Amino acid sequence: MTAVADTVAESAAGNRYDVAVIGAGPAGMAAAAAAAENGLHVALIEGGRQLGGQYFRHPAPGLNEPWASQLHHGWSRFETLATRVETSSRIDVLFEHQVWAVEAGFNILTDRGPIAAAHVVLATGSYERVVPFPGWDLPGVFTAGGAQALLKGNLVLPGRRVVVAGTGPLLLPVAASLSVAGAKVLGLFEANHIRGYAKHPLPLLKNPAKLLEGADFARQFLRARVPLRSGLMVVEAQGTDALEAVIVARPDGTHRRRIACDALAVGYGLAPQIDLALTLGCEHKLLTDGTVALRVDTNQRTSLPGCYAVGETAGIAGVESALVEGEIAGLAVAAGVAKSRNGSPAALRRRRDRLRAFADVLRARHPVPPAWRDHLAPDTLVCRCEEVPARAVAEAVEDLGATDARTVKLLTRAGMGWCQGRVCGYAVACLARRDPTEPPNPADLLAAAKRPLARPVPLGVLAEQDRRNK
Amino acid sequence: MVGAACAFHLARAGCSVTVVDRGAVAGGTSGAGEGNLLVSDKEPGPELDLALRSQELWRELDAQGLGEGFEYEAKGGLVVAFTAADLSALRTFAATQRDAGVLAEEVAAERLSEFEPHLAPGVAGGFWYPQDAQVMPALAAARLLRASGAEVRLGSTVTGLAVSGGAVRGVRTTRGEIPARYVVNAAGLWSGALAELAGSRLPMQPRRGFVLVTEPLPPLIRHKVYSAAYVSDVASSDAALQSSGVVEGTPSGPVLIGASRERVGLDRTPSYDALGRLAAQAAELFPFLERVAVQRYYCGFRPYLPDHLPAIGPDAHVAGLFHAAGHEGAGIGLAPATGEMIAALVAGEKTVVDAAPFRPERFYSEEAQP
Ligand SMILES: Cc1cc2nc3c(=O)[nH]c(=O)nc-3n(C[C@H](O)[C@H](O)[C@H](O)COP(=O)(O)OP(=O)(O)OC[C@H]3O[C@@H](n4cnc5c(N)ncnc54)[C@H](O)[C@@H]3O)c2cc1C
Ligand SMILES: Cc1cc2nc3c(=O)[nH]c(=O)nc-3n(C[C@H](O)[C@H](O)[C@H](O)COP(=O)(O)OP(=O)(O)OC[C@H]3O[C@@H](n4cnc5c(N)ncnc54)[C@H](O)[C@@H]3O)c2cc1C
Repeated sequence: MTAVADTVAESAAGNRYDVAVIGAGPAGMAAAAAAAENGLHVALIEGGRQLGGQYFRHPAPGLNEPWASQLHHGWSRFETLATRVETSSRIDVLFEHQVWAVEAGFNILTDRGPIAAAHVVLATGSYERVVPFPGWDLPGVFTAGGAQALLKGNLVLPGRRVVVAGTGPLLLPVAASLSVAGAKVLGLFEANHIRGYAKHPLPLLKNPAKLLEGADFARQFLRARVPLRSGLMVVEAQGTDALEAVIVARPDGTHRRRIACDALAVGYGLAPQIDLALTLGCEHKLLTDGTVALRVDTNQRTSLPGCYAVGETAGIAGVESALVEGEIAGLAVAAGVAKSRNGSPAALRRRRDRLRAFADVLRARHPVPPAWRDHLAPDTLVCRCEEVPARAVAEAVEDLGATDARTVKLLTRAGMGWCQGRVCGYAVACLARRDPTEPPNPADLLAAAKRPLARPVPLGVLAEQDRRNK
Repeated sequence: MVGAACAFHLARAGCSVTVVDRGAVAGGTSGAGEGNLLVSDKEPGPELDLALRSQELWRELDAQGLGEGFEYEAKGGLVVAFTAADLSALRTFAATQRDAGVLAEEVAAERLSEFEPHLAPGVAGGFWYPQDAQVMPALAAARLLRASGAEVRLGSTVTGLAVSGGAVRGVRTTRGEIPARYVVNAAGLWSGALAELAGSRLPMQPRRGFVLVTEPLPPLIRHKVYSAAYVSDVASSDAALQSSGVVEGTPSGPVLIGASRERVGLDRTPSYDALGRLAAQAAELFPFLERVAVQRYYCGFRPYLPDHLPAIGPDAHVAGLFHAAGHEGAGIGLAPATGEMIAALVAGEKTVVDAAPFRPERFYSEEAQP
């Protein structure tokens, strides 16, 4: 159960902000700083307790390890950004405010009461995409980003002998941090077959500017001698009470190999966290990897007047892009309020376009291999929150008349638990197709991105809404 | 749900049945509501008669071993009154219900905690309705459809009726024509459009409802609990937001609170006022819920007709065509008795519950001359 906050954000009592920025990751921080430096009053609303989001996640004061400083690259950039945010008299940073919905106009509904703002910038980042396989619910199996967050935020290693697997560029920094922190990384297995992957895990860049943290890490990798393999995926995790080994194989099940390990970090990419915007009615677009992102214009404006989207919400593109887009949106909102024509500088927008183009290349290289579903056993849990096995999903689709993901959910409860389908949504969208060769239905992928409440909200907070009306 | 129940009873009566739906099973209102099987909220009259018959049929389905597959729970309902005035109104209401065959037992304020230990203090009194029950509606529809043995064609939209000589010969769908001697229109909110194909009129209207779903909890709420104000809501045709939250636990853990009632057309825009109202009412009944997390909510549209009774029976213009739609906020509960009635009417037999009040042509006379 969640505690009911009895205080409404003091700073919000009665007044209306020029702009509310939701999410204090790189994108949100940059947006807040740029808007405030151009004269706007900003509420920077963050569910957690620190600035920095996923990329700049850092341990609470007091926690330390000799290798901790090596987990972050470009830390001085965070310090500069944090100073811009913290020293501004025009920014109210509201930590531990969970935004559960946004009303048009805008009224930001949080678990500590509503916050009014003329504009809103959505900077809510992403969540991880995973697909089930036998044994994935064993202790010792982590998501790739989860392992990274544990390390960056708590300085805790998920295990000593670790396998990193799945697909996407995030696997590179994850494997590198694990190895920096002293874990033996037994291998990094990229599920998509990519020529020359071991030498060049990232596509060669035309633009020499460092575009991704991974590029830097990749070099460290070679030094740390982590074997990089592509075209292989984890098809099974084994163990009685905890993880003991993984089976790695080609997507078609051949070339099986058992690797003894005590931790697995596995991820199939990231998906934009855009539930607030979808409920508000912002237009979306389906990307090549089956993720759904917000549609934005060159100034990061969504289809809804006054509503902007930056960073991962506009499509997964990494920290550099998040930082630039934050600046663009902050400047664009300020220009709009000042009724000035000068929005964001063209140079910033060009840089953003290059970063986005690079992200599109990466996305196209890292789809989820459709063969993942061939490795499910009947009792493999598809939805862990509600403990729904693959067998139940198959029954719903084959015998009970579920022709879409929504009906699978209704008939099996998959996606109705704590994570509200963030974990199993993609898998259920795939499994709702009776014919495994058919890609998931776009409507089902959209449904997987949509949640009426972006965060659980204490019933008393909803009730307060009614009492205020009286 | 209604279509599945019709298929079930028609198949049991010996018909060979094909069920056509443009979407998935339970893709309409049945997948967007709750599964209260209530007699407690109904005043004496045709709807209550249908509900009482339905309760018997739900019990039969459970006895046949089907109940577990759709989470049938004969848990009973508790209606509580917060004021002495509400209590006396409830007492009068319950007396009339008893004459119509409803089991209703007054529970003194001090005994209410034996029924619901976590109920708010200071309640004036209440009534216990042992016949009230609950199912999981989407599973009920899917399981009943499967048990019927009917041929199921999903993803096919009905676009027309094949009629010759004033009698129906089948339906035209986006995936070809399906010949049939009888056609049952159980298209819920969309049944008006199908009726028009026969030149008939079913003035179907939507009534929006929201339902709140909490995090999973241990069984703290044992029955269906709601405040006596609900009784006056149900019979109302006022457009404004009304709600009297029925609070109920589910076998899977979450508590459901619903549902609000608004006439706003087919607008899906979330109404945080409606959600807030439901939450406040639930917290009034069970103060501990204040601190429980709401994980999601959903919204659906109840199909209703101007006199708040469903249309069940033969079409007046086309022989062989039957309607079974417009059950408003009780279509899950009323489905089995509706299916039974349709099967009897198709066979030309006497119905268990009097079918006359449900005649679909009761709206045709209102039809304006062009
Ligand atoms: C688990 C995880 C780990 C990652 N680790 C790395 C890494 O090590 N290296 C790397 O290059 N990339 C990593 N990424 C990718 C990362 O998302 C980007 O590099 C970068 O952090 C994106 O910045 P952002 O500002 O768009 O989003 P984020 O940094 O994700 O920031 C979003 C912020 O919004 C807040 N928020 C979200 N919803 C709400 C709400 N409803 N109410 C209030 N606050 C809310 C979150 O608490 C968060 O602080 C990771 C992603 C994830 C999901
Ligand atoms: C919030 C809420 C709470 C509720 N709570 C309860 C409750 O507790 N207890 C209760 O008994 N009732 C409740 N109800 C009411 C109940 O859900 C409805 O009365 C019932 O679902 C109606 O069932 P139906 O089969 O008539 O309609 P539907 O379930 O809507 O089925 C109609 C079907 O027809 C199909 N269709 C339409 N047009 C065509 C076409 N041209 N071709 C092919 N197929 C077509 C649709 O796809 C749909 O599947 C609630 C409703 C709501 C909205």
